[in-house]
Amino acid sequence: MTLAEMILAAHCGKERVSPGDFVEVNVDMVLSNDITGPIAIREFNKIGVSRVFDPKKVVMVPDHFTPNKDIASAEQAKMVREFCLQQGCHYYEVGRVGIEHVLLHEEGLVAPGEVIIGADSHTCTYGALGAFATGMGSTDIASAMATGHIWMKVPDTIRFNYVGEPRRWVGGKDFILHAIGDIGVDGALYAAMEFGGGAIDHLSLEGRFTMANIAIEAGAKAGLFYADEKTVNYEKERTQRPFTANKQKTDAEYTRVVTYDVSNLEPQVAFPHLPSNTRPVSQAGNIKIDQAVIGSCTNGRIEDLRIAATIFKGRNVASTVRCIVIPGSQSVYMQALKEGLVEIFIEAGCAFSTPTCGPCLGGHMGILAAGERAIATTNRNFVGRMGSPKSEVYLSNPAVAAASAISGNIISPEDLQ
Amino acid sequence: MKTGHVYKYGANVDTDAIIPARYLNVSDPGELARHCMEDIDIAFARAVNPGDFIVAGSNFGCGSSREHAPLCIKASGVTCVIAKTFARIFFRNAINIGLPLMECPQAVDGINNGNQLEVDLEHGIIKNLTTGETFQAKPYPDFMRNIIQSGGLIEYTRQKLAAG
Ligand code: SF4
Repeated sequence: MTLAEMILAAHCGKERVSPGDFVEVNVDMVLSNDITGPIAIREFNKIGVSRVFDPKKVVMVPDHFTPNKDIASAEQAKMVREFCLQQGCHYYEVGRVGIEHVLLHEEGLVAPGEVIIGADSHTCTYGALGAFATGMGSTDIASAMATGHIWMKVPDTIRFNYVGEPRRWVGGKDFILHAIGDIGVDGALYAAMEFGGGAIDHLSLEGRFTMANIAIEAGAKAGLFYADEKTVNYEKERTQRPFTANKQKTDAEYTRVVTYDVSNLEPQVAFPHLPSNTRPVSQAGNIKIDQAVIGSCTNGRIEDLRIAATIFKGRNVASTVRCIVIPGSQSVYMQALKEGLVEIFIEAGCAFSTPTCGPCLGGHMGILAAGERAIATTNRNFVGRMGSPKSEVYLSNPAVAAASAISGNIISPEDLQ
Repeated sequence: MKTGHVYKYGANVDTDAIIPARYLNVSDPGELARHCMEDIDIAFARAVNPGDFIVAGSNFGCGSSREHAPLCIKASGVTCVIAKTFARIFFRNAINIGLPLMECPQAVDGINNGNQLEVDLEHGIIKNLTTGETFQAKPYPDFMRNIIQSGGLIEYTRQKLAAG
């Protein structure tokens, strides 16, 4: 079986499952946020049960429009807070909260071998730990909060092998954008993407979170990595809970195996308006930017901020550019402070913010006007994603975003003076 | 039998196009419907009539998990969405909340913007009244048919819990 099949089989009490099977799966964590939570609560209340199945397995994270950007958002956040208090489930208030897909693994709420469902499409992020994690809608989440299980169709698995040694400034973001550029935004529709190969073994957990995070942009149900020693050590620092680090089996059947040699891969830039519209940064042409955003559940972890700070050190953001740096969580924020990264950002002329999704979804904290262009380390560049439907978003890794903020044009860090 | 007018779009219509995130500080379907499809078709929300159809290319509903997307389409009065394929989360959400979907690549190729359709949801039959052509959509898997017949996932869950 593939990794996805092993985990799903273990959660529905079966020896084996095969792609296409419909199964009722027990869930280990059920997630929602300040946008999807209110609908989930409304639907939950219709089911006719008074308590969630297990408050230790339900978490709500107010991260999208928080700190509350307006009255309507405040009402939604309030509904989520009150529900969590009443039910006793996990809840993180502003000042302790982070972007959900940075926070949950930091807090040890998700672990290898588990099944996590979330009313947020980037729930697939936790696949980096060797968990089966997938996004659903609020109604699915409501049903799972009541029962502790959910129906799923066992997905096909596509295997992606990354071989070779990547060049400087090339990381997980580039690996995954390159794959999506290759297979397209529906290239893995309904399937699980399983990542492996020598280049992955060398990748940090942070790089793997970035990759798993964007699996949904290829239409995938999940993006998975086998848990290795790094993963196990990472997890043991965060939870006492026993977990299962599945090992790769020889009988795994894949619908397709794709191999990429990343030795010559350049940093990738996804042009508007699809994450699959990728080009190597050297072929970006002359793209002038008005804003750079470094953060989000894709690239808002400490390693990302370290990379950006390396580039900003001793340099300044171009006078025509607004650069907004957003740590993914309070602990990333604190670590960045301790390492002196925040000072580097501020000296370079960046705005440094409290953790929030903010501009990633065009919520607040950096909305684009008509005709403006941004380079962002986020995961989506759809029409209107960061503001005006007439604005444009280019996706890249943190090194390219930082270099571009300094230059005012999209450039490679190699080309910085 | 349902008849109505077609609004046709291309491939990869994403959830930000169906309902931009800037409107997600509310969750009332009627309120959301006022901005349905706004960023790719500003005229849609005002022009659409109850019973009309959305027809689109592959991967309809890709992007975020926001249930606000099928909710606002449903609240617009759209009978069903016909597409070549649907994005996974959108597909689940639509079934769960009772917005009918029909997967039928041939129909999408054989239908133009502004055509009149007649659709038999139960049997998956799509008739283009403008051209006279008829198409058969892919049937739902049995498992999902149960959810649809119960009246959506919440009702299905309620009945299951009540049965013990
Ligand atoms: S940072 Fe962006 S992609 Fe991630 S959860 Fe927030 S809005 Fe979604």
